[in-house]
Amino acid sequence: MKPFTFTLRQEPPQRVDLSALTPDRLAGKSVAQIEAIELGVTRISTKVGDLFKISEGDLKTVRYEGGSSRFDLLGAKLLPGFAIHVEGDVGAQCGRLAKGGRITVAGNAGPHAASGNLGAEMEIKGDVGDFLAGPLAGELAGMAGGRVVVRGKAGERAGDRLRRGILVIEGDAGEDLGARVIAGTILVLGEAKGRIGYLNKRGSIVLARGGCFGSTYVDCGAHELTFARLFARSLRDHSAPAADLLSRKLRRYGGDTAVYGKGEILTAD
Amino acid sequence: MPDIIRNGVTIDDNFAEAFPMSGTGILITAPNAKWARQAALTMTGFATSVIGCGCEAGIDREVPPEETPDGRPGVRALLFAMSSKDAEKQLVNRLGQCVLTCPGSAVYSTVAGEFEIKVGDAVRQFGDKWQMSKVVDDRRYWRVPVMDGEFFCEGKVGLTKKSVGGGNLLIMGADWDKTMRATEAAVSAIDGVADAIAPFPGGIVRSGSKVGSKYKGMSASTNDAYCPTLRGVTKSELDADIGCVLEIVIDGLTDNAVREAMRAGLHAIIEMGPEQGAKRVGAGNYGGKLGPFHYHLKELLP
Repeated sequence: MKPFTFTLRQEPPQRVDLSALTPDRLAGKSVAQIEAIELGVTRISTKVGDLFKISEGDLKTVRYEGGSSRFDLLGAKLLPGFAIHVEGDVGAQCGRLAKGGRITVAGNAGPHAASGNLGAEMEIKGDVGDFLAGPLAGELAGMAGGRVVVRGKAGERAGDRLRRGILVIEGDAGEDLGARVIAGTILVLGEAKGRIGYLNKRGSIVLARGGCFGSTYVDCGAHELTFARLFARSLRDHSAPAADLLSRKLRRYGGDTAVYGKGEILTAD
Repeated sequence: MPDIIRNGVTIDDNFAEAFPMSGTGILITAPNAKWARQAALTMTGFATSVIGCGCEAGIDREVPPEETPDGRPGVRALLFAMSSKDAEKQLVNRLGQCVLTCPGSAVYSTVAGEFEIKVGDAVRQFGDKWQMSKVVDDRRYWRVPVMDGEFFCEGKVGLTKKSVGGGNLLIMGADWDKTMRATEAAVSAIDGVADAIAPFPGGIVRSGSKVGSKYKGMSASTNDAYCPTLRGVTKSELDADIGCVLEIVIDGLTDNAVREAMRAGLHAIIEMGPEQGAKRVGAGNYGGKLGPFHYHLKELLP
């Protein structure tokens, strides 16, 4: 069945909050009602009807034909069983606090993508901004479940305060990758710049390229890890290069010993 | 009642009486098949009968690397007990003493049951706070550092109360060699049936028991009606041509698994015939009033 589709008419004149356009919140509404939903975040009104042409379909899948870096909070609090696809870019906080389901973005995503994600599968084919999967200011934990695959680059502080779940960054990662990680797993297939795993508690950061991780990460030798084999199988369909990385012998650096120190950085040996 | 004869083998018009049990199990993998099997053998050792061992356990099948979660060779071991509490206690103890200790091993859930037993969530404490948890595809696993690397163990495994224990075949032949030949053929046929195990040594028990004893406090004693050396002096079930009786006891995760295992065993015995193997096949029961599952031999014939 064809998806419920929003076709972009024009670039939004201001940032828009798309959290109202998840499948569960659209259910039971007529096209006229949906077109009247206010998306603007300033005193100037921007309604769904101003931006999109709607063609009705199965609400299990919502599709955006055309995106914009002004599309904020797309797929926020998405529920399991639903899917959203964007043929274009998205703005800040894409998939914020999503409980499940699947979000795919064909273009780039802004900052705080997958922030506080609780279980959604997300795929971003382009680059993402800073604080991928990180918490908003004042929150104690970042992403707490689900899986996010970024085909391009990630900005600074990707995986900040990650608590649970898997982040795969196929391109490069910016400064302070995996800062303050509580637990969970981050894989970077490109280059990771600057300080890595700062104050990491129990998380695993897997890097295709090694480097110097500072004096608070301690070399624990290269090992064949059974858990990595299981991860590799689980990731094979989502990111073949990530699965290949996990299938290799991995050198383990224990840390960050400046804090709890039960985490690790694993690099291809 | 006329005897049922198939390929020269007499089949008693009798039935096996079986009981509900709690069944669980684990998939053990290791860097090679030898050590996966060793872990499973150790874990299922001293697990022939719930009466003295607390549980009945055995190897269901070897699992090829393509089918295991981590791509290493595996063995599926099943464990049955009279209550879910007993099953949990036995599995956790055996996992901790026999599988955790076995070089290279990893443990995964392999039974889809209505309940879950915490196994990794108990064994993880061996890690003395160095253990790490990983959640993959909504299932929690534990990485416990050990001297050969890491012991990797799923947090919870399934348990079902729909299991059945006590399916059985009594194989009777002219002498030990022939009876054993038929019984071994039956055991290897039963090995091919999924979700069922034969928990006794090599799948075979030679000391079948009856309920009660002449001694006070003994709940079970030798099944004298099937002892060939007592044929003349007791109320024997054996004719003059029977010199040896062996039994196969079968536990399965489902009623159907036990039935199919009994069918496979029976067919293998009949196929061998009385010249090479067994002359007669029977089944044990307690009159049909104790166990809710009855497996009539005549319904399992080829």
